[in-house]
Amino acid sequence: MKLYELTITEARKGLLEKNFSARELTSACLERIKAVEPKLHAFVTLTGEQALEEAQKADTLLGSGDVRPLLGIPISIKDNFCTNGVRTTASSNVLRNFVPPYDATVVRLVTEAGAIRLGKTNMDAFAHGSSTEASDFGPTRNPWNIERLPGGSSGGAAASVAADEAIAAVGSETAGSIRQPAAWCGVVGLKPTYGRVSRYGVIAMASSLDSPGPITKSVEDAALMLEVLAGHDPMDATTSPLPPKPYRKLLKEKRENLTIGISDDYFNGVDPEIVAAVQKALQEFERLGHKVKKIKLFDPQYAIAVYTILQRSEVSSNLARYDGIRYGFGRDAFGEEAQRRIMLGTYSLSAGYYDAYYAKAQKVRTLIVEDFERAFQEVDVVIGPTTPSTALPVGSSKDHPMFGEISDVLVEASTIAGLPGISICCGFSKELLPISMQIMGPYFMEDLILNLAYQYEQVTDWSNRKPNL
Amino acid sequence: MEINVEHVAKLANLPLDEKRLEILGKQLTETLLYIDRLNEIPTEDVEPTSQVTGLTNVMRDDTVSDSLPQQAALENAPDTYNGYIVVNAIFEE
Repeated sequence: MKLYELTITEARKGLLEKNFSARELTSACLERIKAVEPKLHAFVTLTGEQALEEAQKADTLLGSGDVRPLLGIPISIKDNFCTNGVRTTASSNVLRNFVPPYDATVVRLVTEAGAIRLGKTNMDAFAHGSSTEASDFGPTRNPWNIERLPGGSSGGAAASVAADEAIAAVGSETAGSIRQPAAWCGVVGLKPTYGRVSRYGVIAMASSLDSPGPITKSVEDAALMLEVLAGHDPMDATTSPLPPKPYRKLLKEKRENLTIGISDDYFNGVDPEIVAAVQKALQEFERLGHKVKKIKLFDPQYAIAVYTILQRSEVSSNLARYDGIRYGFGRDAFGEEAQRRIMLGTYSLSAGYYDAYYAKAQKVRTLIVEDFERAFQEVDVVIGPTTPSTALPVGSSKDHPMFGEISDVLVEASTIAGLPGISICCGFSKELLPISMQIMGPYFMEDLILNLAYQYEQVTDWSNRKPNL
Repeated sequence: MEINVEHVAKLANLPLDEKRLEILGKQLTETLLYIDRLNEIPTEDVEPTSQVTGLTNVMRDDTVSDSLPQQAALENAPDTYNGYIVVNAIFEE
């Protein structure tokens, strides 16, 4: 096995047992990046030299008995997280020269945990999209088939992990932006409860929804990353004062006889290959001693409409700050997708339309929240496919103003409610593209969905497969 | 549905040419038609939700702390003078 193929958990073991050094591990990742990046374009900015210097320091610390959870682990950071002294563009021309004077909280946390930063990953510009094709710097390709999209907006992050360029990645989700690219790239993507992870220093998209989270090669890695990322932050008033949990320890606790909810609306219109794979996974859960129960959830089609209004409105407000006076370029530098979203948001917030659109959407949001509350009185978690299709061909998102919403239809309701969800691989299509399912849980029950995902991962071997690059 | 796209572009402070306005107008209408299905859901007695995890009136401690040094705060500005950011004049003489 090559060093760059390791999970965080495996790499950590190797580092602590001195089987290899952080410098060797980092060099292996940088070599891998050099080899596959021309095909993939997962990164916007690489910080290889800095990474090697950090690795050198990590080796000294490892030698002195330092056991911080990410010490010496090379990871990638999505380019919408501010990094002190390292260009941060959100893959947008508006910010193509922006060098932040401070670190986002999650960047500070992974750095304090000892992680080595390889670089900043590509995304749909300002996270507007689900393909990474709406990046102003060109699309990222799917490692499983470079004629396919990686999904988005954290497409570079998911591709960097699936292609073994990075041991793990920090991404962010507003609706689907972690789970959907993780699903299309066949890796683990965890979207925490809204407010579980700080948004301070994130290039804001929709502030009432944005949730940073990890993309990893294994469920255990996702639990470890969440331990590092989760917690209250005085710099983000929407972070929860509830203490985070020992997610890794809770992963291995035996949880039996759980009730898994499934809703027909989450299977209708979904690619039959995906439906079959998720049904097989549900049988696996039954073998593990859990029950599957049919429930009725709010039709996800309405969630798309709610999400579209909330997101466009908050986008138009958040993007109002870009004036090219204090930093970045002016409003003529916005790409087509940003223009489209700003226009709809401005319209829906403008005098005479606010009640019909934004206020209406906030009310239906209440109904969606209550709908999940009801469901979680009957069942412990909800499982369904993460996406209605496997990775679509490059070019699919062009001139399709609702592309993202259609590919994210199955994650938008839970995102509107602010619930946590995890996407894990549960099969491969005939075309050898990854198929994934998602497990959604109640507020702050990341430990529960991680535990179930871990149980499934232990009895299947999908995560051992590697793309042939 | 008739949207005054020129007016919306002005509110959004987006410099868009006529061709772009026309395309955006069509796409906006298309998206709004999709959104209109929300009207199928009755919401008369429903309170709006803006914060999902139940936090209200979060205050920070009223204490003085360090802020970014002026130099760092101005680093990204395209034009500065004597520690200020230079902007275009908006009043005529």
